[in-house]
Amino acid sequence: MKYYSFFPGCSAESTGLGLGLSAEAIAEPLDMELVELEDWNCCGSTPYGSLAEEESIAVAARNLALAEKRGLDLVTPCSSCYVTLSKANRHLQEHPTLLAQVNEALAVADLEYHGSIRVRHIVYVLYNDITPESIASKIKWGLDGLKIAPYYGCQLVRPDYGLDDTEFPHTLDRLVECLGAEAVDFPLKARCCGGSLTLSEEDRVLGLIRSLLQSAAENGAQCLVTPCPLCQTNLDAYQSRVNARFKTSYKLPVLFITQLIGLALGIEAKSLGMNTNIVSPREVLDYIYNRINYMTTHQKVDKRG
Amino acid sequence: MEPRIGVFICHCGSNIAGTVDCEEVARFAGGLEGVAVARDYKFMCSDPGQELIKKDIRELGLNRVVVASCSPTMHEPTFRRAIQEAGLNPYFFEMANIREHVSWVSVDKLKATERAKALVAAAVRRVYYHQPLESREVDINPNTLVVGGGIAGIQAALKIADSGNKVYLVDKNPSIGGHMAQLDKTFPTLDCSACILTPKMTLAGSHPNIELLTYSEVEEVSGYVGNFKVKIRKRARYIDLGKCTGCGRCVDICPVKVPDEFEQGLSQRKAIYKPFAQAVPNKVLIDPENCLHLKGLAKGKDVCRLCQKGVKGGIIGCETGAIDFEQQDEVIEVEVGSVIVATGFKLFDPGVIYQYGYGRLENVITSLEFERIVNSAGPTSGHIVLKDGSEPQSIALIHCVGSRDEQYHEYCSRVCCMYSMKFAHLIKEHTSAEVYEFYIDIRSFGKGYEEFYNRILEEGTVFIRGKPAEVTNIAETREEEGKLIVQFEDTLVGKQRRLPVDMVVLSCGLEPPGDVEAVGRMFNISRSADGFFLEKHPKLDPVATMTDGIFLAGCCQGPKDIPDTVAQALAAAAEALAMISRGKVEVEAATAIINEKLCTGCQLCKNVCPYSAISFDEEKKVCRVNEALCKGCGACVGGCPGDAISLSHYTNEQILAQMEGALT
Repeated sequence: MKYYSFFPGCSAESTGLGLGLSAEAIAEPLDMELVELEDWNCCGSTPYGSLAEEESIAVAARNLALAEKRGLDLVTPCSSCYVTLSKANRHLQEHPTLLAQVNEALAVADLEYHGSIRVRHIVYVLYNDITPESIASKIKWGLDGLKIAPYYGCQLVRPDYGLDDTEFPHTLDRLVECLGAEAVDFPLKARCCGGSLTLSEEDRVLGLIRSLLQSAAENGAQCLVTPCPLCQTNLDAYQSRVNARFKTSYKLPVLFITQLIGLALGIEAKSLGMNTNIVSPREVLDYIYNRINYMTTHQKVDKRG
Repeated sequence: MEPRIGVFICHCGSNIAGTVDCEEVARFAGGLEGVAVARDYKFMCSDPGQELIKKDIRELGLNRVVVASCSPTMHEPTFRRAIQEAGLNPYFFEMANIREHVSWVSVDKLKATERAKALVAAAVRRVYYHQPLESREVDINPNTLVVGGGIAGIQAALKIADSGNKVYLVDKNPSIGGHMAQLDKTFPTLDCSACILTPKMTLAGSHPNIELLTYSEVEEVSGYVGNFKVKIRKRARYIDLGKCTGCGRCVDICPVKVPDEFEQGLSQRKAIYKPFAQAVPNKVLIDPENCLHLKGLAKGKDVCRLCQKGVKGGIIGCETGAIDFEQQDEVIEVEVGSVIVATGFKLFDPGVIYQYGYGRLENVITSLEFERIVNSAGPTSGHIVLKDGSEPQSIALIHCVGSRDEQYHEYCSRVCCMYSMKFAHLIKEHTSAEVYEFYIDIRSFGKGYEEFYNRILEEGTVFIRGKPAEVTNIAETREEEGKLIVQFEDTLVGKQRRLPVDMVVLSCGLEPPGDVEAVGRMFNISRSADGFFLEKHPKLDPVATMTDGIFLAGCCQGPKDIPDTVAQALAAAAEALAMISRGKVEVEAATAIINEKLCTGCQLCKNVCPYSAISFDEEKKVCRVNEALCKGCGACVGGCPGDAISLSHYTNEQILAQMEGALT
C-alpha cells in the first residue's frame, strides 16, 4: 500500500465530479491510500496569481503547510491545482525571503512551511509509482479494441516540471495502452482547450474545441481521455455548441483517465461518476460490456495477470 | 648522489599568476628539503624559460628538476627535452599541474596558492626518488590502416599510397564513398558531388598500394604505436569478387524488393544488389536477411537461386559463376604502424522532434532525402515532387534541426546553413516554387560562402528569422487546407505567424554514428562532451589523439564541410607519413618489472595485460615482461596478488612520497 495526501481541488467536487469520484474509487484496488487533506482551501488557480502573485502563493502555501504536517506527497487529480501548487512550492523552495514572508502570514493560523513537500499529479503517480505494468496486472478486463485520443491539455505538461515531454508527452498514452485500449495518434494532444476563456471569448474557444474534436475524430477515436477537469468541461459541455456553431455532429464522450482505469478495474460506471458526463458515454460502455458478455459466453474471460 | 632540486614556477602569463601567487609558491619551494633553487618566471615553456632551467642545471649543479605549470600532456616532453639537453636524464623531472588542477578551477587566490604549494611539495618529494631510465626506440611498420571510406578516408589513403606506402582501407559498407556519394551538388561552387568524388573512389579502388576491404569491420586492435595488430572481419558478400563483372544481370532477375538504404528508403533495391551505380568495388552483393535462398538454407530448404540459374525462357543467370551461397565471413589480421580513424557521422533523426511531423506527415523530409530527390540519378530522376507526384508550389527549409538546441545537440553542425541555401538554389533551378528558409543565424563562414549567401538572397529566396515551433496539417483557414502549415515566431517582426507550404525539408544536424562508443573503445580514443572523438589539442594538434599512432580525420572528430574534411584528412596522412619516414619511434621507458623472487607464477598479470607484454617462463615458473611491448599502464601491478610487480617511474616509494608531500 502506498500512502498519499490527497488534494481533490474544487473542480473534482463540482464540474468535474467524475474525477473526484473515480480517483477515490480506483485508489484501493491499485493499492493506494489517498488521505484527503483536512481543511484544504482553494489552490488559488491561475486568476489569483495573475492579479496578486505573493498573496496567491500564500494561499497555496497553506495547503503545503497542512500537507507537510503529515509528511506525505501531496497528490492532486486536477491539472490546474497541480500547476498552481507546484509553482508556489518551487517559488518557496527557491526563494528564502519569500518563504519567510509567507510563513509570517501562515503563523496567524499556527502554520509553518519548510519546503519539504512534493506536489504530484495523479497521472504521474499512476505512471511512476503504481506503474502501467502493475495496473495491467490488476485490471478485471482489458478494454481491447477501444480507440482513445489521449488529451493532456496544457497544464499537465507546461510549465515543465521535468516529468514528461512538453510538446509530445506520452505518460497518458502508456496508461491508456496498459488497459488494453488503443491510444490513437493525436497531434493536438497537448494543445490548449481554451481554458476559462469560454466565459469571455466563446467564439475563439469554440474554434479551438472544434479542432481538437475534429482531429480526434479523424484519427478514429471513440472517445477522448483527459486528466484535466477544465479540459473535460470545455470539451464535454461545449460540444453541442460546437456542433450548432459549425454544423458538425460530434458525439465524442470525454472521460477522465481515472474513470477509464476504473472501468477496466471492473468498477460500476455510476461509482465512477459516469452519469455526470454530459456527452453520454453510453456507446463506449456498451462497447466494453458487449465485449465482456461475448467473452463470458464464449468462456474466454479476458482476465489479465 | 645527494639530490639538488631546482623548482620552476610558471606564471603562464596570467593563466596561473592571475589566481596563484607564484612568487609566494617559489619562496615556499625554496625552503623545501633538497631544493637548491626555486624561481618563478612568466613563461617557462618559452625559449628563455627553458634556457633558465638549463643554465641552473649547469651552473648550480642541479640533478633533479620540478616545473609547476600546466598539464604534463601539454609540456612534459618539452621540459624533459630541455633537461636532457643540459645533460640530465630526462626522467629526473617531475611536473606539478598548477594550471588545470589549480588556477583554472579556483577563484580564491589564497586557497589556490595553498593548493599550488601542496602540489609543488608533492612533486619535490617525488622527484627525490626518481631513477634514471633509458627510453627505447622501436621500428615503425610502414603500413597504415584507414578506417572509414568516405571522402576523408579516401583522401588520406590516396595520399599515403601515392608516397609508396601500403594502406588498408576498411569500410563497413559494401562500397566506399560515404555520405558524399549521396549528395547532389556541393556548396558553394555547385560542383556535382559524384563528379568530383567518383574519380577518387576509382583511384582508391585500383591503386596498387591500397588494399580495399569493403563490407568489413575492425574487430580487435592490439599492440602500440608503430606496431599495431588489427583483426578485420570481411563479411560474406556471397559473391566471388574475382569473378563478378558487375554486369547486373542477377539484379534484374532477383524477385525480392526491399527499401534501398542508399536512396534513404525512397526507392527499392533487390536482395542481390549493387549499392549504387558508381560503387567501388563495382560488384554486387547479397543481403542475407532478405535473400530467399539464404533464408531458405537456414531452414534446410533449397529455394529460388534465380540469380544463379536464370529464368526459364528469359534472362540467363550469372555466367561467370560468381555467386557463392556457401561463402563465410573471413577474419584477417594485418600489421600497421599507424591508424587513421575516419568513421564519419550520422544524420540526426528528426523523428524524435514530434512537433515537426517527420515520419507522421507526408512531404516532411530530411535533408539527405532531399539530396536524393534532387539528384538526377535518384529515385525521382531529379524531379522535385511531392509524395503524390505533383510539383510543390512552396517549400520551407527548417535550419538547425537537432543542432543548436539544448534538448538535442548544443553544437552547430556547420554545414546545414550552407546546404540549405544550396537547396534553395536547386529548387529555384528545378521548379517555380517559392522557397522559405527558416534560420536562427546564417553561418556562412567559409571561402566563397558569404558570396553564395548573397547570391541566394538575390535569387529571391525568402529568409525568415525564427525557429518554427511546429509543422502541422491541421488547417485553421481555407488557404491552409491540404497544406503543411509552419507555425513560427518571426523574430524580426516580433509576431507569431503561420505559413502554409507544400513541402518541408528538415535541415538535420550531424551527430556521431551509433557505433562511436565501440570504435572509441577499440582504438582507445576519448570523446568530447558532444560525443565526437577528441583530438589531442583543439588548436595545435587537431588530428592526433591521446593514443600515439592513432589519428583522426573528418566528421568523426566533429561536424565539418568537405573542404575542412579533406584538409584534415591530408593532415592525418602527413602525420602518418612523418612517422613512416622517421622509421623509429621512442616508446615510454616506464615499464613494469617483475621481481622473480616474489613471483609465484599464478599468471594473473598475464591475463590482465592489454598489450600481451607478459609471458610465462615454463622452466622457472615465473612471469616475464617484454619491455618492448610494455606500455607502462600498470594494470599488472594492481593485478598481482603477491606484490611482485613494480612499475618503474611509478614505484611505491615515489607515489607514497608524493602523497606525503601533498599532505604535509
